[in-house]
Amino acid sequence: MAEYEVVHSKSPVFYPVYERKADLQHQTHYCPGCGHGVVHKLIAETIADLDLQDRTIFVSPVGCSVFAYYYFDVGNVQAAHGRASAVATALKRACPESIVIAYQGDGDLAAIGTAEIVHAANRGEPITVFFINNAIYGMTGGQMAPTTLVGQTTTTTPWGRRPENEGFPLRVCELLATLEAPVYIERVALSDNKNIMKARKAIRKALELQRDGAGFSLVEILSPCPTIWKMTPTEARDWVAEHMIRNFPLGVFRDRKVKMPESSRPPRRTVAEVLGLADAPAEAETPATRSADAREWKIKIAGFGGQGVLLLGQILAEMGMREGKEVSWLPSYGPEMRSGSAHCHVCLSSKRIGSPLIEHPNVLVAMNEISLRKFAPSVVPGGMILYNRRTVPADVEIPNVRVFAIPASELADQLGAAKVGNIVMLGALLELTGALSSATAETVLQGTVKNSDLLALDLQALHAGRDYVRQLPLEAR
Amino acid sequence: MAIEPRGRVQIDPNECKGCGLCIDACPPRCLVFEAELSPYGVHPARYVGSGCTGCGICFYVCPEPGAITVYRVSPPPKVISATEAGRAATL
Repeated sequence: MAEYEVVHSKSPVFYPVYERKADLQHQTHYCPGCGHGVVHKLIAETIADLDLQDRTIFVSPVGCSVFAYYYFDVGNVQAAHGRASAVATALKRACPESIVIAYQGDGDLAAIGTAEIVHAANRGEPITVFFINNAIYGMTGGQMAPTTLVGQTTTTTPWGRRPENEGFPLRVCELLATLEAPVYIERVALSDNKNIMKARKAIRKALELQRDGAGFSLVEILSPCPTIWKMTPTEARDWVAEHMIRNFPLGVFRDRKVKMPESSRPPRRTVAEVLGLADAPAEAETPATRSADAREWKIKIAGFGGQGVLLLGQILAEMGMREGKEVSWLPSYGPEMRSGSAHCHVCLSSKRIGSPLIEHPNVLVAMNEISLRKFAPSVVPGGMILYNRRTVPADVEIPNVRVFAIPASELADQLGAAKVGNIVMLGALLELTGALSSATAETVLQGTVKNSDLLALDLQALHAGRDYVRQLPLEAR
Repeated sequence: MAIEPRGRVQIDPNECKGCGLCIDACPPRCLVFEAELSPYGVHPARYVGSGCTGCGICFYVCPEPGAITVYRVSPPPKVISATEAGRAATL
């Protein structure tokens, strides 16, 4: 009896069991005869053969292959629609030792993601893109894709694609091959055994190039979609051969070494050096100004655009930085530059900040009534609200939150410019919280405000806010 | 005595979705649809039991990662280790 050995079996790059619907964990979610499974197998085999499993990051797209992370036992990121090559860019730059694969369909890459793929290729990002082209939107039920053939019927071109209305099929390989930077671009097809083996070779070559740090590589794979094309799996495979290859010729469109020209690199300097703070005496770093305050401040500042809401947040963040705190500043504003609503989030902490987004602030600065009404209920018990008026509306009552009426805009107006109301608020906030020192505020203002008249006004405003709080009756503080 | 086939193919009827690509692609035409429906409501592919050359084409046309396993006759080992020799002797 002859001894048999396994020559082809499930790749170890696939999970043994897929973490999906309970009864179907042993098979993929793809339709019978789908091209995705074949490409998945070719990629998995190559990753295993090249011993890259431990350092591969697979970026799945939106489309039928959105769930690729169910199958590949590698690092996985699922990108927003069309953005796989942009996400892959970030991953590769952050982790240059990783093998980063962007896997995208034609609806993803050639429609909503056209800009991302063109620019990733043009920058020569050393990633590998596998572009699965089946000439249709499969997952959403068969709408026309940019790659749909002329005359091909889809749900959105029920009488066939007409170039005079819908344009011509987009040839991505040819388009990208006009760029300088890509090193390898090839189009292959899953039309028959021979072409599948060519696809295998192309996939291997692309990943070898990335392993060797060569540059941007893309393999387009013409792939059958039997379900949406309304064909049997074998008919669909033949349709790839007869119709798709005729419109999308197979072959190597780019295979060359690309040497990036030498150019002067920006000097590697720290932020402090760039800002010219490194030479200055490190007054902000002296223990005298280093904050002893260990509390965690989550400050939300809200008002109309133009009230200096975002700037106030920036000043607070820079003050925190100068006092050696961890800081974050997250702006949020509507499309209007003025009189729209704007708010920002500032975190000041002695520990690392997990998220710059604040859902429940412990300090709310409400520069107008709308903001007060909108955000007051989100303030945590024990927190405080600074409201830009002499009195708080009678119907606003937040249990366990101290509400201070600070007429900042009014005080600023008396000083000569209502626009420094945000700085009045800063003075009040520092006095009420003790989170940061007002000396640091003066230092930051001196660095930020170049106009000496305006600086003098800002310093007056800062003191006005502080003094207003000091004259409040003690029990109100 | 019949000649031992060079290869052998094993198809997991639970993973096979009955697309038939392997049946169509098999050069020695030694795969067929199972007459019975699988628990998933398809006619999975089945190896007829002879004729396989172990070429692996069915594996590469199959979209399911683990539905097909292909075996090939091992080349005669040049050196047999002591444990293997011992195991062979007991068989």
